[in-house]
Amino acid sequence: MSGLSTFTMILEGLLAGAGVTVAVTLASLLLSVSLGFLLAIVRQFGKRRMLHALIDAYCEIMRNIPALTHLFILYFGLASIGFRLSSISAAILGLGLIGGAITCDLFRAGFAALPKGQAEAALAVGFTPYRTIVDILTPQAMRIALPSLGNYAVQLLKDTSIVSAIAAPEIMFYARSMVTSSFQTTLIYSTVAILYLALALPLMRRSACSKPGTRG
Amino acid sequence: MNPLLSVTGLTKSYGAVEVLKGIDFDVAAGEKIALIGPSGSGKSTCLRCLNFLEKPSAGAIHLDGERIGVRLGRPMSDRQLAPQRAEMGMVFQLFNLWPHLSVTENVAIAARKVRGLPAKEAQELALDMLAKVHMTHRADASPLELSGGQQQRVAIARALAQKPKLMLFDELTSALDPELVHEVLKVMEELAAEGRTMLIVTHEIAFARDIADRVLFLDGGRIVEQGPARALILSPREPRTQAFLRQIRH
Ligand SMILES: Nc1ncnc2c1ncn2[C@@H]1O[C@H](COP(=O)(O)OP(=O)(O)OP(=O)(O)O)[C@@H](O)[C@H]1O
Ligand SMILES: [Mg+2]
Repeated sequence: MSGLSTFTMILEGLLAGAGVTVAVTLASLLLSVSLGFLLAIVRQFGKRRMLHALIDAYCEIMRNIPALTHLFILYFGLASIGFRLSSISAAILGLGLIGGAITCDLFRAGFAALPKGQAEAALAVGFTPYRTIVDILTPQAMRIALPSLGNYAVQLLKDTSIVSAIAAPEIMFYARSMVTSSFQTTLIYSTVAILYLALALPLMRRSACSKPGTRG
Repeated sequence: MNPLLSVTGLTKSYGAVEVLKGIDFDVAAGEKIALIGPSGSGKSTCLRCLNFLEKPSAGAIHLDGERIGVRLGRPMSDRQLAPQRAEMGMVFQLFNLWPHLSVTENVAIAARKVRGLPAKEAQELALDMLAKVHMTHRADASPLELSGGQQQRVAIARALAQKPKLMLFDELTSALDPELVHEVLKVMEELAAEGRTMLIVTHEIAFARDIADRVLFLDGGRIVEQGPARALILSPREPRTQAFLRQIRH
């Protein structure tokens, strides 16, 4: 068998998982961005100390427990008490809940970077706090947070590889099963690397454009 | 006639530090008042207490007979305060334009979202207000493309668009390069000539003398002296006022 056709075969095998990789990335991205934004708003503008403490605790816990541990709790842990999630739902939920803590920080940094005068000017013209957040602060905070959100999305795409551990049929899962049957370890994992790079490319270009000092 | 604005016993403390120590004054409709005094005397704090950007520690503020910031003896939330704040236009030292919105949108947005004007009317209003401050030619620009003087004039247009009963100006030329001060003061003179009620914190003594009906001299959180602009600035009675004016004239 020629090298090229082996490569093509491997690539085809891996592409079967690429759809799941992309779907898990997008779904958990959506979940984490929505959750993170909500948490950031409450943490930044809410008045209840109790909620602040809860959110801080949530972010701290999520950041300091390995992602794999989380996935195992969601997938095996919940199953053991009779609550069975599919491997894909567990993956989306796990990565999304962790991502909520990460993006919460990114959004908060965006809000914190805005000068105090921005909100004051809005209140002075008669905006309610709600309108001030929606019309004046959020659009600006989003712009500031966008480059780091882009980096986070790339990180997330790579992190989906760990969900093969709970048998979600994504790229890494297929790679491993091919390795066990064909022993083409180097070639298979190199192809995996190329595939991840190709998927990350659109995200990387996006965040690179908004880095300071680079001209778009 | 009842005053448009009445301030009685206004006190503000930050922790143990009392920054305003009981301020009393009235402003009649159409009157122009200049608030002068050394740095740290409490001018900005006083202005910011009027629309409750700072919550006064004690005292009462009435605009057109309505108590500001207190309803049925209880402090109002920011949401409840919004309609009262809309009655007062405020212009800040650092302009505080919203950089994600165009010049026109900076002026039009509150008309739509606070007063509920239809988009087209808000747009027309914004262009009218920009004409007043001679900024029509930059209507589609981003605030980030404007000079300081231009930004400050847009900020004035934004406050005008509120159709406020009272306008508050906090050192609106202090952050400007000297050659840009004139264009902003010229706009201010035009507004004054329209008979608007204006409360102006300024370090420009000549401007205060020419534009204001009355001057309040603030020092150490109290009004030390007040009187007709010309008389107070040309022949102050209090030694502290005299010292301040002498020093500011070099
Ligand atoms: N948020 C705050 N916390 C604590 N102290 C404050 C705060 N804001 C103002 N102060 C203090 O209150 C005093 C009055 O400040 P204010 O800004 O009103 O003075 P000002 O007359 O406007 O001075 P300037 O001419 O420098 O603008 C100052 O001593 C200042 O340090
Ligand atoms: Mg000041």
